[in-house]
Amino acid sequence: MARLDLRRKLSVLADAAKYDASCSSSGTSKRNSVGGKGIGSTEGMGICHAYTPDGRCISLLKILLTNFCIYDCAYCINRVSSNVERGRFDVDEVVDLTLNFYKRNYIEGLFLSSGIIRSGDYTMEQLVLVAKTLREVHDFRGYIHLKLIPEADPKLVEMAGLYADRLSANIELPRDEALARLAPQKDVGVIKKAMSQVRLGVEAAKPAKREKIKPPKFAPGGQSTQLIIGADGAPDTEILDRSASLYGGYGLRRVYYSAFSPIPDSSSILPLSKPPLMREHRLYQADWLMRFYGFSAPEIGEGASNGMLDLAVDPKLAWALNKREQFPVDVNRAPREMLLRVPGLGVKAVDRIVSVRRYRTLRLEDVGRLTRSVAKIRPFITALDWTPGGLTDAADLKARVTSRTPEQLSLF
Amino acid sequence: MAVATLDGETDFDGWRKAARAFRLAGVEPAAARFVVAGTMEQGGLFDQPIAEEASPTPDERRAFNVPKEFVDLAQKLILHRSADRFDLMYRLLWRLKDEPDLIKVISDRDVADALERVKNVSRASHKMKAFVRFRQVQDDLGEAWVAWFEPPHRVLEKTAPFFQRRFTTMRWSILTPDGSAFWDGEALRFGVPATRDMAPAEDEIEDFWKTYYASTFNPARLKVKTMQGEMAKSYWKNLPEAALIPELVAASSVRTETMVATPSPQPNPRFARAVAPDLHMARPDAEAVPENLEDVASGVQACRRCPLYRDATQGVCGEGPKSARLMIVGEQPGDQEDLAGRAFIGPAGQVLNAALAEAGIDRSDVYVTNAVKHFKHEPRGKRRLHKTPNAGEVQACRWWLDSERRLIKPQVVLALGATAGLALLGRKPAVMQERGAPIDLSDGSTAVLTVHPSYLLRLPDEAAKFEARRLFIEDLAAVQRRMG
Ligand code: SF4
Repeated sequence: MARLDLRRKLSVLADAAKYDASCSSSGTSKRNSVGGKGIGSTEGMGICHAYTPDGRCISLLKILLTNFCIYDCAYCINRVSSNVERGRFDVDEVVDLTLNFYKRNYIEGLFLSSGIIRSGDYTMEQLVLVAKTLREVHDFRGYIHLKLIPEADPKLVEMAGLYADRLSANIELPRDEALARLAPQKDVGVIKKAMSQVRLGVEAAKPAKREKIKPPKFAPGGQSTQLIIGADGAPDTEILDRSASLYGGYGLRRVYYSAFSPIPDSSSILPLSKPPLMREHRLYQADWLMRFYGFSAPEIGEGASNGMLDLAVDPKLAWALNKREQFPVDVNRAPREMLLRVPGLGVKAVDRIVSVRRYRTLRLEDVGRLTRSVAKIRPFITALDWTPGGLTDAADLKARVTSRTPEQLSLF
Repeated sequence: MAVATLDGETDFDGWRKAARAFRLAGVEPAAARFVVAGTMEQGGLFDQPIAEEASPTPDERRAFNVPKEFVDLAQKLILHRSADRFDLMYRLLWRLKDEPDLIKVISDRDVADALERVKNVSRASHKMKAFVRFRQVQDDLGEAWVAWFEPPHRVLEKTAPFFQRRFTTMRWSILTPDGSAFWDGEALRFGVPATRDMAPAEDEIEDFWKTYYASTFNPARLKVKTMQGEMAKSYWKNLPEAALIPELVAASSVRTETMVATPSPQPNPRFARAVAPDLHMARPDAEAVPENLEDVASGVQACRRCPLYRDATQGVCGEGPKSARLMIVGEQPGDQEDLAGRAFIGPAGQVLNAALAEAGIDRSDVYVTNAVKHFKHEPRGKRRLHKTPNAGEVQACRWWLDSERRLIKPQVVLALGATAGLALLGRKPAVMQERGAPIDLSDGSTAVLTVHPSYLLRLPDEAAKFEARRLFIEDLAAVQRRMG
């Protein structure tokens, strides 16, 4: 009977946690269980142990400690006014589940969050206790991601950083005004202060070059946050500005975008419709452009109309269609930064081109072997045996490029 | 046709020896054949076993060099399940004779083909790390763990050390159709191919795992293709959770429609007594005239007089004794000040502290603040670049600086740089010309101008820096003398 209860709780508290998009287990320090008393390893690259039919990866056991909550955030399934079924794990139950799942190779570790019970401090203390038990009692060396309760005492944040690989506090709503309206117990300033503390902690944990004594570890996997898309009125350009500001200010590893998804027992102040998945996808692509392709948020905004990214084409193509005068780009001579701006050329393909052109002058056919689809790229490049002629400036270029490439929902 | 027999499908050393002999003997790729001992392929009609004298053993001196990249590539390529991989490996080796850079020419047809296969091998190894599912068994020594797995390529030996590092304190076996791996806590051993029935058929925790899998799925976001792209159907039969996929997919649209169509219910009965207070009702009033420094501190946090609050972390107020006779005004908080919420703690603050000490001023006697309380900046990747606040922002923020001056009533206000000067004087001063000269302010205090310490940090030339610093300290010392 007790076990049945536990399974029911798992179902309730996993369901309650699934609206957090983050599941990454990457970016932390490398370690393994050799010479230890427990189990676990992290080897840089994260591992997705399963995928659910929503296309999302399961890397961590992502659950709430409890879905009781004294806050009333309209977008959240666990808000105090919701009639959802409630449950609460004991610390040991979470520890056991994590270890049992880990030993069977279902997961890379634990992502633990919680509704706010009693106070921010009490809740954070409980989260830290789970991580501490895993690390100190069981010598667990797998991945731990802890949700920060921003209102909690900075001392608890410090402890969390000692045990966790990654910490995250969610901004959730891109617009401060919307946060004040839809999440009356939250304050964006408090969330940013918690992020500041994490950034300062991460920086302090990096030993200066000549220092002999290593400072204690602090969240080696850094921090991330989430923005919900489509719950407040913020247009894409505003969302991207917000992301750029968060990346710059707090050294975030990732900003996750989560299309606002209908929830059971939802609040009447929110739009209830299918989640805007394509919009979410475009935002991820734009975010990618900012992190790996040298684009700034305002540059991406140039390809948007009324602040919204084009849903029909990816944001890099949208930008390029607006900036035809910059093309075509010579694949045999152009600097790396310019190749990165060619629609359809990913970072890997660009690096391949840069490395191989030291030995060969590239023809279009060669480029085709280095990239996924040369059809999309062709109008924007010149190669030894290829120039696009009038194609680059053709009025129907957008139609031509998009009709050849069926819509794929994967990051480029 | 020259034929070499290899000991096994992944016998790299055997292939290496044979291939070296072939190349030394001038055997063209089209005429070379590699077969695995004990497989059907052995002994074609026209095959000639390679003659003893062509074997490399007496001929080590005639060994030739190949780039390390080739060996790395070939070692992975041999794990690919395609039958013609040995030939591709040999073709590359052969071509290296005339094209020593070949492996770097990744646009070449053979190289691209090899890289594509190597990518599939790496992917198979990665997916093995992901999709192996251990089941618990009990034996004489206690608990042990067994998995049955069918990798698309022969990656067992390459991938087993990963499990050794991860599960060092567990005894485990991974059984595959290609062979088996065993870890007993001390040594990793490899054994013969296995069959599915040699592994346990169930594990009681699997039900929990399936519960988790079903609950973490969001039916409103169905993307079956994306899932299949990452978790190919061929893996499903050995993944306990995959059995749930059909029913989850089938029920998803009904579940979503029900969610969307159900009207919002009444808040639950415990709502009113359980809910935490609304923070924004208790927000400090940023319009009220501050009566003390605490009002200034809380007012700045709530201030919306200009847009700078939006991208900053927090407002940063002044710090120092209420009775201070000297007030120092900088421009605005920087990156570090914004994060920590304290004025002048970053690099410029350190320059200021050292200079104050040299001028004989005790920093703890001074009230230190900024003309603008929020950090104006522009994000640039993982950093934030300082931007000078404009006249409108300075004007908006005077509300707070004037309050600080009114509450502290300093004898002298030292303005660091042009922005601070603007905030105090209401006009943009020429700092270099006006520095050091006392200027009477309407409240009876005296303003003095000097440079901002970040100016000293920016000077590239050491001699210029030294001189600028001397003048800065002189300005500070003059202020100290003025206050007596
Ligand atoms: S910079 Fe000054 S005026 Fe502008 S929001 Fe901040 S405190 Fe208010």
